[in-house]
Amino acid sequence: MTAAATPCFDEMGWPDEIRPPYALIDAWLKALPPEQLALKRREAEVLFRRIGITFAVYTEGGDPERLIPFDLIPRVMAQAEWKRLRRGLEQRVRALNAFIHDVYHDREILRAGKIPERLILNNPQFRPEMAGLDLPHRVYTHIAGIDMVRTGPDEYYVLEDNCRTPSGVSYMVENREVMMRLFPDLFRRAGVAPVAHYADDLLETLRSVAPVNCTGDPTVALLTPGIHNSAYYEHAFLADEMGIDLVEGADLLVKNDVCYMRTTSGLERVDVIYRRLDDDYLDPLVFRPESTLGVSGLTFACRAGNVNLANAIGAGIADDKAVYIHVPTMIRFYLGEEPLLQNVPTHDCSKPDELAYTLEHISELVVKAVHGSGGYGMLVGPHASRAEIETFTEKLKANPHDYVAQPTLALSTVPTFVDAGIAPRHVDLRPFVLSGEEIKIVPGGLTRVALREGSLVVNSSQGGGTKDTWILES
Amino acid sequence: MLARTAESLFWLARYVERADYLARLLQVAGHMSAVRVDADRVSEWESAIVAAGCEEDFADKHAQADAASVVAWLAFDRDNPSSIVNCIETARRNARTVRTALTSDMWDAVNTSWMELRDFDPAKMNEDRLAEFLDWVKSRTSQVHGTYASTMLRRDGFHFTRIGQFLERADNTARLLDVKYHVRLPSVQDVGGLVDYYQWLAILRVVGARRAYRVLFKGRVEPAQVAELLLLRQEFPRSLVFCFDQIVANLDAIADQDPQRSAEAKRLAHSQYAELRFGRIDKVLQVGLHEYLTAFVLRCEELGTEIALGHLF
Repeated sequence: MTAAATPCFDEMGWPDEIRPPYALIDAWLKALPPEQLALKRREAEVLFRRIGITFAVYTEGGDPERLIPFDLIPRVMAQAEWKRLRRGLEQRVRALNAFIHDVYHDREILRAGKIPERLILNNPQFRPEMAGLDLPHRVYTHIAGIDMVRTGPDEYYVLEDNCRTPSGVSYMVENREVMMRLFPDLFRRAGVAPVAHYADDLLETLRSVAPVNCTGDPTVALLTPGIHNSAYYEHAFLADEMGIDLVEGADLLVKNDVCYMRTTSGLERVDVIYRRLDDDYLDPLVFRPESTLGVSGLTFACRAGNVNLANAIGAGIADDKAVYIHVPTMIRFYLGEEPLLQNVPTHDCSKPDELAYTLEHISELVVKAVHGSGGYGMLVGPHASRAEIETFTEKLKANPHDYVAQPTLALSTVPTFVDAGIAPRHVDLRPFVLSGEEIKIVPGGLTRVALREGSLVVNSSQGGGTKDTWILES
Repeated sequence: MLARTAESLFWLARYVERADYLARLLQVAGHMSAVRVDADRVSEWESAIVAAGCEEDFADKHAQADAASVVAWLAFDRDNPSSIVNCIETARRNARTVRTALTSDMWDAVNTSWMELRDFDPAKMNEDRLAEFLDWVKSRTSQVHGTYASTMLRRDGFHFTRIGQFLERADNTARLLDVKYHVRLPSVQDVGGLVDYYQWLAILRVVGARRAYRVLFKGRVEPAQVAELLLLRQEFPRSLVFCFDQIVANLDAIADQDPQRSAEAKRLAHSQYAELRFGRIDKVLQVGLHEYLTAFVLRCEELGTEIALGHLF
């Protein structure tokens, strides 16, 4: 059974009822001979290889530097559609930051009984080291990637919030770059909002959150786990675009609670670190002692107000899949507003009645591990075999606290260039929200597309591809 | 700049230079063994191994130095850290770790070399394919060198790249010249004979200096003049003195807040440069060319270490 068996919303209205934002794309596709499209696709692949936009996938054998398949047919949104999303995203991220601040300060939302205490205080993502520490502009998740799906013309859901080290933004920028190189003509006619200024916005955001003890011009660096990390290309790309140093743990050291980098002319003080390294590996003195990727004493430098990390240590408390359920509550609690973006109705399997419901309807539901990411540890009921369901049921029964369940949404589709020609494929959207002195969102995001027919899994580690995402200027 | 970045640029340039040198070495060895008049055709291949400075590792794997074994080892062997394919791999790996310090043209030049490398299958090598491969290596390395020279900002990153390239080149030139010491002529009477003559000619060919020699010295190839050209002639861009001219200029240009720490590297480089700049070939030959070159190679090594220490590599 595939999701295509149930009718789902095609964002283009392909092939017969073309929606207005796609009028140009429709005309373009009709005028473009298929062999031309195939030729352009090969050109795109060569471009990606040459730029070195590769993604390391953690599997045995094969080419360790893989390309994420890029689909040439853009995904298009009208300005009005985007405006609505943008307002919702701003609201959501503002509430997430307020929540993280609260969790590490007075815990008002817990005391008000709005969120169960054990969910926060017993959570591995809760970092007591952050308690009582005031951060610039009270921002914890400076770069948030909010995964959205669409099920109808006006129906959007937030699938999950990525508050730690969301990746993929380099594809947003490079996909556009490649599309503009391949089809300059199309852009002249389309009026697409640009995305290339993302790195400028990011650098401004990072500079706006310099720590209290930084007096002059802040020095910003990007901390990467190194060349073997799957997102290494992105780290290099962003550091390059921002014109800042790309550092590894061994390039940094903390002396008297001040963080420095080793340069050819001695030690240079670092004020803000955009770190693309998980909390666990960040500081062997505080977190995993065996980590060689981090910097000893970084946490103390943070606490002393000598360096600020983006995203902050402990920001992950807001993107736990069980905490996700409570984001609408956060919006009401901190902002006094009604949520503009909906959550997917989610069953918390730690509650006996919801567990019972989940077990009963498991073949219709998507069951996710609370702490999992990247599409691993997840069961898509309608697509799973009997055996898979049985094994998963056992896991679920053994540790119900570790799972949530959601209905299988009929994700929207966008026409996609596949072997058999053009066919609808399911997509999601990850816009990137920057929070510093103010909130900035580059119009667009990363559209991921499930290339296999009927598949709902868009993760690049599981055969997903990407598309250029167009927000029309008018 | 970040010390790790400086280190990677330094090694990136060294490996690219080394790949170029090895390609030249193999071309000449092949050429020589083809035109040689006498029956003993093995020595060219032996001398290529000596000039690459890897006799011991080579001997561990191969019993005899002949065309097949030497080409396999110097060009394609993954076990030889300095084979051409490994030089390109390592250069690209260094480039990848410091992408932010490269210009996009430079990355493109290195990355394209690495991608095209896959088109050459060592298993399907024959003489024609090998010639094509070696030409390709030379053109790719020129591409990388030319690209960085014409696109990089003249700041520390450029200086470290330059130093890497010319320290490697100085080392290579010295080793190449020293080959004459190791390669025995068939008999004493052959000194100054045809074989001897061709060997000196081969050295000139490796460094692409046949024409330069003619312009500067005219006439027949004389050992002392070959040595002078490769050691002491400022005009020749592969001579030791030229390389050290580049090394000192770039060392001095590095912005350094702590001149104490890098003083030793500068002292070494400058004293070596002065020696070459004001040296005379007859004095060098009095000491003995082999002794002179052996000491020189050691000093290059020492300088590399001091540069690393002085700049926190």
